[in-house]
Amino acid sequence: MLASVDWHIIWSRIFHPDHIFLRAMYTTVYIAVIAQVIGIVLGLIAALMRQSKLLPLRLLSGLYVLIFRGTPLLVQIFFIYFGANLLLGFTLIPNTLHLGLFNLDGAVVAGILALGINEGAYMREIIRAGIDAVDRGQMEAARSLGMTYRLAMRRIVLPQASRVIVPPLGNEFNNMLKTTSLVFTIGVYEMFADAEIHYSQTFKPVEFFLAVAFWYLVLTGVWTIIQAQIERKLTASERGDELSFLERLSQAWTPVSAWARGAR
Amino acid sequence: MDSGIGLGARGPLIPAAAREAAEVVVRAVDVHKRFGRLKVLKGVDLEVKRRETVCIIGPSGSGKSTFLRCINHLEKINSGRIEVNGHLIGYRERDGKLIEDSESSIARQRREIGMVFQRFNLFPHMTALGNIIEAPIRVRGIPEQEAIATGEELLERVGLAAKRDVYPGKLSGGQQQRVAIARALAMNPTLMLFDEATSALDPEVIGEVLEVMEELAREGMTMIVVTHEMGFARRAADRVAMMDDGRIIEEGPPEHFFDAPTQERTRQFLSMII
Repeated sequence: MLASVDWHIIWSRIFHPDHIFLRAMYTTVYIAVIAQVIGIVLGLIAALMRQSKLLPLRLLSGLYVLIFRGTPLLVQIFFIYFGANLLLGFTLIPNTLHLGLFNLDGAVVAGILALGINEGAYMREIIRAGIDAVDRGQMEAARSLGMTYRLAMRRIVLPQASRVIVPPLGNEFNNMLKTTSLVFTIGVYEMFADAEIHYSQTFKPVEFFLAVAFWYLVLTGVWTIIQAQIERKLTASERGDELSFLERLSQAWTPVSAWARGAR
Repeated sequence: MDSGIGLGARGPLIPAAAREAAEVVVRAVDVHKRFGRLKVLKGVDLEVKRRETVCIIGPSGSGKSTFLRCINHLEKINSGRIEVNGHLIGYRERDGKLIEDSESSIARQRREIGMVFQRFNLFPHMTALGNIIEAPIRVRGIPEQEAIATGEELLERVGLAAKRDVYPGKLSGGQQQRVAIARALAMNPTLMLFDEATSALDPEVIGEVLEVMEELAREGMTMIVVTHEMGFARRAADRVAMMDDGRIIEEGPPEHFFDAPTQERTRQFLSMII
C-alpha cells in the first residue's frame, strides 16, 4: 500500500516549496489576518450595539449574529462573491481592487469580507463576555467623574475587558488560519487551492493533501506558540500588576515582534 | 508617607469658585424611586447648604444609597425633583414636564459632583496617580503637566505621595479609598457624595479614611455622607438625617439627634447600633 505513495513528492513539497506555493501561503496568512481584524471591529461594534438603549440597534445586532452564525460559511462566501453586487445594485466586490503598491483580486476581497463578517458574529459574543466581566462599578465610577459612555468604554471598560478577550481571540485566529481554505471555492489561489490544482493534474491525493496539511500545521503551530507566549505574559503581569495596560500589552507582544524580526 | 494624613497642609482643598456658588447646593423635593414594583424612595425632601456636611443614617434597605445615587443621576428618579447648584439634575423642564437630559449634559453636571463608593471602584489598570489625573485630563481638558501637579498635591494631602506609581491591587483598602477620594477631588467638585465609604474596610483602616473626610468637612466642602459610623456623624456632621422605609423621618444637628431623638424609630435604631 505505502509503496504506491510517491514519497519524493511529499519530501519536495515540504522541504523545497516552490515560490508559487510560498505565494499561496502568503495569501492564506494575509487573508486570515485581515479577516480577523475585520471580525474584531465588527464584533466590537455589534457588542456595543447589543448594549444600546435603542431597540433597532439591539435587534440589528441580534439579527447579524442569527444570520451569520446560523448559515454555512460556504454559503456566505458564495453569496457575497456572486450575489453581493447584484443585491446591492452597486459594485461592492470589484474585479480587482487597486491598493497603490499591490492589487487584490475580487475573489480575495469577497473571501476576506465573507470570512471577516462571519467572524464578527462570533467575536461579538467573545467581546460581550469580556465587557460583562468588568465590574459594573467601573462604569459608575467613570460616569460619576463626568465621563461620557464612549469615553468610559474606551478608557476604562475595554482595556479591562481585553484581558478576558485575548485568550479566546487567539483560538479564533487559529480557526481562521484553517477556515481560509474555503475561499479556494471562489477561485482564490491560496494554500489549499495550490494543493487541489496539483492533485487534479496528477491524481495523487495522498501526496499533495498530506503536504498541505503539514503546512497548515506549521502555521497553526507557530501561532500556538505565539498565543501561549501572549497568554503567559498576560497572566504573569496580572499577578505582578505593576505594569500599565500599555506596557503589559507591548510586553505581551514582544515575542511576536521579535519573531517577526527573525529572532528565533 | 502614607502614615500621616497631612490634609490642609497647604490651604483648603476647596476652590474659590466653589465657595461662591449658590447658597443651597442640593435641593431634593418629594423624590420617588421604584425598582420595578418595589418602592425604594417614597418622597424624600432634603436641603443641603454650601459648606454643610449632612450625614444620612438608617437601617439597610431604607433607601439611603439609592437616594445618594439619584443626586448624581446614577439612578433615575420616578417623580419629584433634585437640584444641584440650582440646576435640575438629569432632566430638562419643558412646559412643566420633566424630560430626561442628553447624555453629555448629564455628564457635564456630574463633573461638579464627586462620588466615593463603598467598593472604591478605582481603575485597576491605572496607577494611583493615573486614576486621579484621568478625568481632569480627558473630561476637563486640563494640560497633563498641570493635572499631574494637582494630582501629586492631592496624593500628598491624603497621605499617599509615596504610592504615586502603585497600582490599586497593591494598596490596602484604606489606601485605595483615600486615592478614590483624591480622584473625586481632582475634578474640583462643589459637592461630595460618600456612599458608605468605610463599610467595606477593615476596622483598623477605617480611621485613616474618616480622618480625611473630617478634614474635608472642616475645610468647608459640601458633603452628603451615607454612613454607619455614628462617631463620625457626631463629630463631623452639621446635620444628621435618619432614613427609614424610603423617607427621611427625622433630621437635626447631631447633639439633638443623638441625645434627644424625637422619633421612636430613631431611638430604636440608635439603641441597636450604639
